[in-house]
Amino acid sequence: QFQLTVPVAVVFAPGSVPGDLPRPLPFRDVQEMEIPVNLRTSVTSRYETVYRSTTAQENIALHAATAQEADAALHPLQDALLGSLTVYVVSETSSLLPQGINVYVGKHRSALVRAGSGLATLHSRLQQLTQVMSFTSSSIAAALSDGVPDGQLGPDARRHLKSSLGYEITFSLLNPDPKSHTVDWDIEDAVNRYVQPVLDKLSLVANFSVDSQILYYAVLGVTPRFDKESSSFLLSTHSLPHVINPVEARLGSSATSLYPVLNFLLYVPERSHSPLYIQDKDGAPVSTNAFHSPRWGGIMVYNVETPTSPQALFPLHVEVDMVRVMEVFLAQLRLLFGLSREELPTEFLMESPGNEGLADWELDRLLWAHTIENIATVSTTLTSLAQLLDKIGNIVIKDDVASEVYRAVSSAQSAMAKLAAGHLHSAFQASKEAVTSSERAFFDPSLLHLLYFPDDQKFAIYIPLFLPVAVPILLSLAKIVRETKQRKKEPTKMD
Amino acid sequence: MAATAPDVCWVRAAAALLLGCCGAALASGVQDQAEQFFRSGHTNNWAVLVCTSRFWFNYRHVANTLSVYRSVKRLGIPDSHIVLMLADDMACNPRNPKPATVFSHKNMELNVYGDDVEVDYRSYEVTVENFLRVLTGRIPPSTPRSKRLLSDDRSNILIYMTGHGGNGFLKFQDSEEITNVELADAFEQMWQKRRYNELLFIIDTCQGASMYERFYSPNIMALASSQVGEDSLSHQPDLGIGVHLMDRYTFYVLEFLEEIHPASQTNMNDLFQVCPKSLCVSTPGHRTDLFQRDPQDVLITDFFGSVRKVEITSERVSLESDLAGFESK
Repeated sequence: QFQLTVPVAVVFAPGSVPGDLPRPLPFRDVQEMEIPVNLRTSVTSRYETVYRSTTAQENIALHAATAQEADAALHPLQDALLGSLTVYVVSETSSLLPQGINVYVGKHRSALVRAGSGLATLHSRLQQLTQVMSFTSSSIAAALSDGVPDGQLGPDARRHLKSSLGYEITFSLLNPDPKSHTVDWDIEDAVNRYVQPVLDKLSLVANFSVDSQILYYAVLGVTPRFDKESSSFLLSTHSLPHVINPVEARLGSSATSLYPVLNFLLYVPERSHSPLYIQDKDGAPVSTNAFHSPRWGGIMVYNVETPTSPQALFPLHVEVDMVRVMEVFLAQLRLLFGLSREELPTEFLMESPGNEGLADWELDRLLWAHTIENIATVSTTLTSLAQLLDKIGNIVIKDDVASEVYRAVSSAQSAMAKLAAGHLHSAFQASKEAVTSSERAFFDPSLLHLLYFPDDQKFAIYIPLFLPVAVPILLSLAKIVRETKQRKKEPTKMD
Repeated sequence: MAATAPDVCWVRAAAALLLGCCGAALASGVQDQAEQFFRSGHTNNWAVLVCTSRFWFNYRHVANTLSVYRSVKRLGIPDSHIVLMLADDMACNPRNPKPATVFSHKNMELNVYGDDVEVDYRSYEVTVENFLRVLTGRIPPSTPRSKRLLSDDRSNILIYMTGHGGNGFLKFQDSEEITNVELADAFEQMWQKRRYNELLFIIDTCQGASMYERFYSPNIMALASSQVGEDSLSHQPDLGIGVHLMDRYTFYVLEFLEEIHPASQTNMNDLFQVCPKSLCVSTPGHRTDLFQRDPQDVLITDFFGSVRKVEITSERVSLESDLAGFESK
């Protein structure tokens, strides 16, 4: 019974208004769609659309040379609430969008759409666009999936990172051959320059902590094959799952934090195994030379050029090109979170978010999915807690556990109300509070019940204790009763 | 008329060929999907290995647990994902003629107590309460990370328990018991909080099958070394050390696991056949009705090893290496 409201503004540039509009501009429209998830839950998506024409300033911005500049100019003119979308419709003959491209998705929360022949094409493009920029029915279903394979979602459905309050990111440099290579990487600078902006943007979603380490003599679990044609070593796709295990034992993790850990490993192959390439399914070397594992992290292989002169001194000093490395690691981070840029319709063009790592609307997508997942988690946690307390009557609920439960319920209700009103940011914060409270209530150490007494054990324990003691008591009670009865009879006899 | 007949035949043959090709393509597509469906959907592996008996003459239970620990580590599960609970210290026991060793084979062939054994709960910390706390997650906040079971809804967990047991209970430390109903309830709480994707429960005690009778949560597979009313017997005494070194069921399970390597495709049906009555004297039992997949499709490495799913990274973020960041310094 979720209702997700997305505020959308569709702005028509002069010359792009389709002839068959139902009403004159400006007007409001609401589109509701039901997304069936499973028997108990239903999600309604509500797109509150405001259609209007451009203001003078927006018009000026739309006359920029390229779509990118137009987007940058339009950004300060929007009231970019988290979760809202603004769509600018330009005329069909406009040169703002390149040939063959009908939709341009900017890196903030806006997009440029070419007006089609009529209202129908505009509507279909708008629908596709809103699906890309906010949520799709499959992303909602994946966020709500309980883990029970209903048959609709395959076992690979929930491989993105679960919504958590924080994540730990560890960058590790693996140098298996320190005799040949002395590897230096300026990780601190790279983290500050490239990783920190992305994490700052994601700080709305969770807390991130970053650390790094260098491991020596850490070998991969698989021996790569030598390929004569390319005179290089190759790791095939089906040997990749076994690469991680021997390294993982040495990776270590922070002893105090309980957040999920994401490991990003940079492997510099040994001189005897250089250069090392990763093969994909078709046998071609992968351009990024990297692979990742869902919910764990990623590995990239960094090849060092063999020195041409035979008199090179060993160990060679290697200075790692951190830009190349961070490009791949940040891409893996996005894929681990589920933000992929691959499944787009062909007439769409997406602007690259640059150093920020992800566009504003991708952040919105994450927030939608995480908010829904949080609320679903809260409801299952509290339901199972209630079932547990029903079943076992003699658990004592402390006051603070009770107050956590109340807080969780009220936060969850407010989160759902805010989702229905379209305030994504406050809905997400409320859902985070709800999850924290419900987890604290469910996992409170005082709720452990160890008091299972089957009936036959109760008899077996208490009867041998009480029966021998009870026998003389009962006998003496019987004796007292007999004596009082006799004394009552005696006086009548004495007469 | 005669001209049209061969035309019709030609058209029919072409149609049949086309259908055949489509059918083949469809079949391979369906087969891919079917294969995908039968794979386990886990992304990480955990193991909880518990030895519940104390005292020197129960050496074999500690050796059992350490042997399973060694196999599980060899097949890839790291220490950070293993919770090892040993109720007594055999390696440094004053009665051990070979200190700092725990042997699992007579004539001291295999020392399972190396220098990388990480025991998380030791000695008197192995209690029913701590075991249930580990399983359900209701741990006091001061517990370190190595003592917690931080599994999620995509974890496959292996739980191995050994010790002395009876019909419906397992004895902990000679002073308390855990009943099969408590264990079933603990698993149900794990399921409610989605703390596992699939669970494999192995128990090597007398009347072990009684411990899995009461399970009612989905996705649990259970194996036991003996049926209700039977005793599990120990394997061989070592005259040099003076005690029995291993239990029969675990001994043969270990021989079976020694042949498994991380890439092997052996499935659970082979594990069910591991200790026939001729070798084990007791009848091992198993329970798969709560498990959603067919045991034939379940790989041994799904539980005992840690084979991760990987995907090739084909995307790249484009970064500008200009010095926008320098001004902030």
